[in-house]
Amino acid sequence: MNWDYMLFGIVPYIFVAIAVVGTIWRYTTNRYTWSSLSSEFLENKVLFFGSFPWHFGIILILIAHIIILFIPSALLAWNAVPARLYILEVAGLILGFLALVGLILFIYRRLTDSRVRAQTSSWDVLVLIVLLIQVVTGLANAIMYKWGSNWMAGSASPWFLSLWTLDPQVDYIANLPLVTKIHIFNAFVFILLIPFTRFVHFLAFWNPLTYMTRPYQIQRHYDRNAKTENIRQYK
Amino acid sequence: MDVRAQLSMSFSLDKCIGCHTCSVSCKNVWTTRQGAEYMWWNNVETKPGCGYPLAWEDQDRYKGGWELTSSGSLRLKLLKGPGKLRTLANIFFQPNLPTIDDYYEPFTFDYDNLFNAPAGDDQPTARPKSLLTGEFMDKIVLGPNWDDDFGGSPLYATNDPNLKGLSDSQKLCLTQFHKLFYFYFPRICNHCGNPGCVASCPSGAIYKRGEDGIVLIDQDTCRAWRFCVSACPYKKPYFNWNNGKSEKCIFCYPRLETGQANACAHACTGRIRYVGVILYDADRIEETAKQPDDRLVEAMRDLILDPNDPAVIAGARANGLEDNWILAAQESPQYNLFKKWRIALPHHPEFRTVPMNYYIPPLSPILHQAKGDQGGTYDPENMEFFTDVELMRIPTKFLANILSAGNESVVIEALKKQMAVRMYIRQQRVGDLGDAKVQSALREVGLSEQDAVDINRLLALATFNERFVIPETHRESKTTVDPRTMYEKRGSVGFGVKKKEFLGRSW
Ligand code: SF4
Ligand code: SF4
Repeated sequence: MNWDYMLFGIVPYIFVAIAVVGTIWRYTTNRYTWSSLSSEFLENKVLFFGSFPWHFGIILILIAHIIILFIPSALLAWNAVPARLYILEVAGLILGFLALVGLILFIYRRLTDSRVRAQTSSWDVLVLIVLLIQVVTGLANAIMYKWGSNWMAGSASPWFLSLWTLDPQVDYIANLPLVTKIHIFNAFVFILLIPFTRFVHFLAFWNPLTYMTRPYQIQRHYDRNAKTENIRQYK
Repeated sequence: MDVRAQLSMSFSLDKCIGCHTCSVSCKNVWTTRQGAEYMWWNNVETKPGCGYPLAWEDQDRYKGGWELTSSGSLRLKLLKGPGKLRTLANIFFQPNLPTIDDYYEPFTFDYDNLFNAPAGDDQPTARPKSLLTGEFMDKIVLGPNWDDDFGGSPLYATNDPNLKGLSDSQKLCLTQFHKLFYFYFPRICNHCGNPGCVASCPSGAIYKRGEDGIVLIDQDTCRAWRFCVSACPYKKPYFNWNNGKSEKCIFCYPRLETGQANACAHACTGRIRYVGVILYDADRIEETAKQPDDRLVEAMRDLILDPNDPAVIAGARANGLEDNWILAAQESPQYNLFKKWRIALPHHPEFRTVPMNYYIPPLSPILHQAKGDQGGTYDPENMEFFTDVELMRIPTKFLANILSAGNESVVIEALKKQMAVRMYIRQQRVGDLGDAKVQSALREVGLSEQDAVDINRLLALATFNERFVIPETHRESKTTVDPRTMYEKRGSVGFGVKKKEFLGRSW
């Protein structure tokens, strides 16, 4: 039993388990508090320049991470041609910096706008700290240890996939640099926080997606067997 | 035909005295919570004026309501261009959302200082304190009735979006003290037939109740996307900045379900409000909302069904409406005001949300100007007092911009009918107008003597039970709540419930 095994072989299970149980607990016992707690209503000028870069940057990066972690072979195939590897790395770097700019504006806004500051809980501070660590270590990885999409597919991916088989192979990541390890560990801290913070709002990501196909108008009837009924989609 | 029932309210603008009793009762019952201080589910505005939130009627700015696309379909103004895809693009930042500065910064006063100030040479003062930040405010710059009674102000009245299409001399009246006109305009959520708020919500949290048409926001499902605030052209959903949920007028449903009148209507000092059931055809809502501007009011009247028609009654029964609801629909003041007598009109029908509350336009002094030779229209020497409503001080064009999408004829009809009723009653009481003249006035607007008596009764004399014809809801047969726990659950419908302390914060 060593530290690596502790932090990357055991703790991930604990954190994810807490996150899942916590999510179910909050959703079933107190859905009323499930909200993105948007503060656009209080301040919308800095938020405009923070929210767009942050969300679009971080979502695309997140999707890229998920693809690399789950199907490393697809990524290695793409990277086989050096030009494509460069494009991917540069695009990743740009998106990362976009996210960082957005995040810094978020933090600046929380600190300087008195209305937003008054609405800031310690959980929000924690959220911002965790995100800042994640983005900074991510960017540091990309800059200090080049071609991360390649070596990640050969180290983090197999370790990550081994987590799913309940047989964590921490050896794959044991030799990664410290910054990378912080990045990985902090990702699990982030998952841990999901049910307890405003992070819950992205567990509602399918809301706008279902909206695309649902009819405009909704009626609900309060029969003993509750039913929700849509009146026709407008043409 | 899909017969549905709607609880609806009418306002007789002639009688509103602008006392704000309604707003205060509503606030005391529903919105005295943190995050809700700035919410006025019921508010009363001075017209002409900018309203609350500031200039809410200016949809070029707020993008509320629906518009007809070039292909003739209905689209939310908010979703111009790509339609619903725009919701995806704007989900992280909504360009059309008003901010708290369009309403006002909620405040209290430092009353403590009045009692506890140390002895000194000056009188202690109570400085305003922000409820957002807890800090002292230099000065209060906006409030819910900021332009109350400022009917002639060059700043507020002249910026009323409803002044478009008025002649220069009519606009001039706004700023000349002796020609000035203004009236009060109480507003609640219209519980629309084609609500923009429902249609815009990505979470599907907002819905129209099948039984009574009340539009509610499911507080457990709302995720603070805030699209309803932007999409409602009347700006009646409000975002609670404290707990991240949108809230809106609930038509006092816990009161109406037990047959009581809404808090605002119950308290109304001027007794200007009427509440009742109307039956409408849900199949024709879309068609109604698509009518051209000048047809909108008529189309909305066509949507309302005759509660005495056997086919309608059968349709209502088939849709599960109880007999007490059908009876209430037959005795409804709403049906009479809006459809039978045609003296009530919808608020801004051109927003195409098919609003379900109606307004009786106010009469006003005939005198535009005391003397005809100053370019005015009224000559007291040679003209009679009961004369053309077109000469009234409030321009009919202005009323039409508010109540009928610019269609003056329906406004004039409603005004003439009220005038004919007055003439009839005056002839009864004073007898100085002459029967022939009164009869011809009634004939011109198509009212019978009985109608005139009934209208006078309802508008001037009606008692509580005539103004409010509210059927009880059969909750016991129509509830998702276990009937055995209803006694304990009583009073717990509403907002801000279920907060628990855990890990140092309330969840
Ligand atoms: S007035 Fe606004 S909030 Fe009320 S139902 Fe209509 S669109 Fe919705
Ligand atoms: S209580 Fe009645 S009279 Fe007074 S402002 Fe409200 S609607 Fe008008």
